[in-house]
Amino acid sequence: MSQTATMTGQPAVAQDTSGPRGPRPKPFFTPKKVILYTVLVFFSLYYLFPLYVMVVTSLKTMPEVRFGNIFALPTAPNFDAWVKAWTSACTGLNCNGLAPGFWNSVKITIPSTIVSIFIAAVNGYALVNWRFKGSEIFFSILIFGSFIPYQVMLYPLVMITREMGIFGTLQAVIIIHTVFGMPILTLLFRNYFASLPQELFKAARVDGAGFWRIFFEIMLPMSLPIFVVAIILQVTGIWNDFLFGVVFAGTQNYPMTVQLNNIVNSAQGTPEYNVNMAATVLTGLVPLTVYFVSGKWFVRGVAAGAVKG
Amino acid sequence: MQHSVSIRDLSLNFGNVKVLEHLNLDIAQGEFIVLLGPSGCGKSTLLNCIAGLLDVSDGQIFISGKNVTWEEPKDRGIGMVFQSYALYPQMTVEKNLSFGLRVAGMPKAEIDQRVQRAAEILQIQPLLQRKPANLSGGQRQRVAIGRALVRDVDVFLFDEPLSNLDAKLRSDLRVEIKRLHQRLKNTMIYVTHDQIEALTLADRIAIMKNGVIQQLADPHTIYNKPTNLYVAGFIGSPSMNFITGTLDGANFTANDGTVIPVGAYQFVSSAPTGSTKAVLGVRPEHIFIGDEAQGMPYKATAEIEIVEPMGSETLAWTKVAGIPVTFRCSSDIPLAAGDTVTVGFDIARGSLFDAGTENRL
Repeated sequence: MSQTATMTGQPAVAQDTSGPRGPRPKPFFTPKKVILYTVLVFFSLYYLFPLYVMVVTSLKTMPEVRFGNIFALPTAPNFDAWVKAWTSACTGLNCNGLAPGFWNSVKITIPSTIVSIFIAAVNGYALVNWRFKGSEIFFSILIFGSFIPYQVMLYPLVMITREMGIFGTLQAVIIIHTVFGMPILTLLFRNYFASLPQELFKAARVDGAGFWRIFFEIMLPMSLPIFVVAIILQVTGIWNDFLFGVVFAGTQNYPMTVQLNNIVNSAQGTPEYNVNMAATVLTGLVPLTVYFVSGKWFVRGVAAGAVKG
Repeated sequence: MQHSVSIRDLSLNFGNVKVLEHLNLDIAQGEFIVLLGPSGCGKSTLLNCIAGLLDVSDGQIFISGKNVTWEEPKDRGIGMVFQSYALYPQMTVEKNLSFGLRVAGMPKAEIDQRVQRAAEILQIQPLLQRKPANLSGGQRQRVAIGRALVRDVDVFLFDEPLSNLDAKLRSDLRVEIKRLHQRLKNTMIYVTHDQIEALTLADRIAIMKNGVIQQLADPHTIYNKPTNLYVAGFIGSPSMNFITGTLDGANFTANDGTVIPVGAYQFVSSAPTGSTKAVLGVRPEHIFIGDEAQGMPYKATAEIEIVEPMGSETLAWTKVAGIPVTFRCSSDIPLAAGDTVTVGFDIARGSLFDAGTENRL
């Protein structure tokens, strides 16, 4: 018996085969998982609750709001408050609702996003691939610029735009957003381009392509993720901006955020909480949509741009 | 005869770091030159200078008789193949091949013709409509070579083109590059740190160290008559056996007292007079055992420490009178650790170096 066992290479003693076999079981209710999910659920509720209150209140009528139970669901949900917030809520003396502010914000956001991203992309590309004498110093100064608080520059900027004759116009806001977006966007693009293989650039140069040709035909098609990140950063940043809008745009051109503030803070009559809530949700809708639509790209792009410093 | 590529007194500094110093190199028309050296020896830097991707600090570069020192890469008549392939990821293979021609504004019919020809030479016709992401490493490298090919250039530059491939593909493509060279007869400059690639491909090898060419010669000379200790130690695997000692007239005396007559050795100029500190180098395959050893001018007894059977041959790590010596022999000879065998070698096939200057004697 032992002879055969040795010959076939099997151990002479029978092994206990009833023990663990195959993949290790993964029970769902382990203490670790219970704690993890409890914490996660708690924090998501914590963040979602204000949104819930806003949406629910905006769907109620004023008598129902005054009734006082802010957590209750609306008895007869209706969009009257939303319509009023959009078309006829009073911002100071004008009672045209948020709509003009929305269009002002669009007119500010689109050009400043496009211009700032384009300039920053070219900057980042030049800083990585076309190093010139002093390019590192130039870059350091640019980055330093992004750490200076806006408040310090506010008054000089008011004087500059006044001298240029554009104070109180949309152009002023657009130019200022473009300038202030540049340092951080240049950093973003520089790091992204630095992470692309240098040999691609060399190959394109051997192939005879010049500065712009390499930029448009080789670099840009490879940079979609970082463009999505830059667009999200700029659209949400500029859309949510209050300070530059209120200072530079002039009363006729207030962006949506400033008008929202004016609606909420106008002191005539009783505060219409449902209209205020509807106006707030409306204002927040654009950045929210941008995040939802491009969330996947955003994470990917941030990861790609952040690897190299 | 006109040189295809001529490098005159080339220097390159990165700040205070001197990467290349007064380097001279003449490459004949149709020659296959390999720049070989460890990382950081300046070989890729030299290639980038020839390509025009780096501005030189001093010196001149001539390609096909034209001074191209200040020319843009595209005007130098070169094509370059990179280690990472550097294919444009968003373009199909066909667009990758034709990019340079489209930039140059060539008529479409001629572009198509050239792309077809390159694709045929490299056998990548079925891949023309694919994107680089859908190609294997070997196919990508072929496309990269094709991109240089379509431009119909005088000089091909290869920057470690096979280093990213696995061993099998590497040897396949190595043969293919050699075949390509024999077919096209272009001048090729090839940078590598792989000595097998260098020895198999090159007409001449330039071994570099710290930005200086140590030896420029055909593979046989490089291997058998290395010009200094560095080259001798760099080329060959396992590396050459080095025995330190003193050269005195017709005898080399190892440090342990073993005397080896060097009468049959061919000195570079003449045998140094008086006594000189020297290093004797012997290739592992120039040491023989058994019957072959009996016929050798010099014989000794070796104690085998480790045996490495490699299939086609066997490496033995031994001690000869306390000096570690490696030799290579047929795998048919039975060897085991602990054996004592007689080994012999011919001094005429060895190399003697001055221990001070490290140059060949």
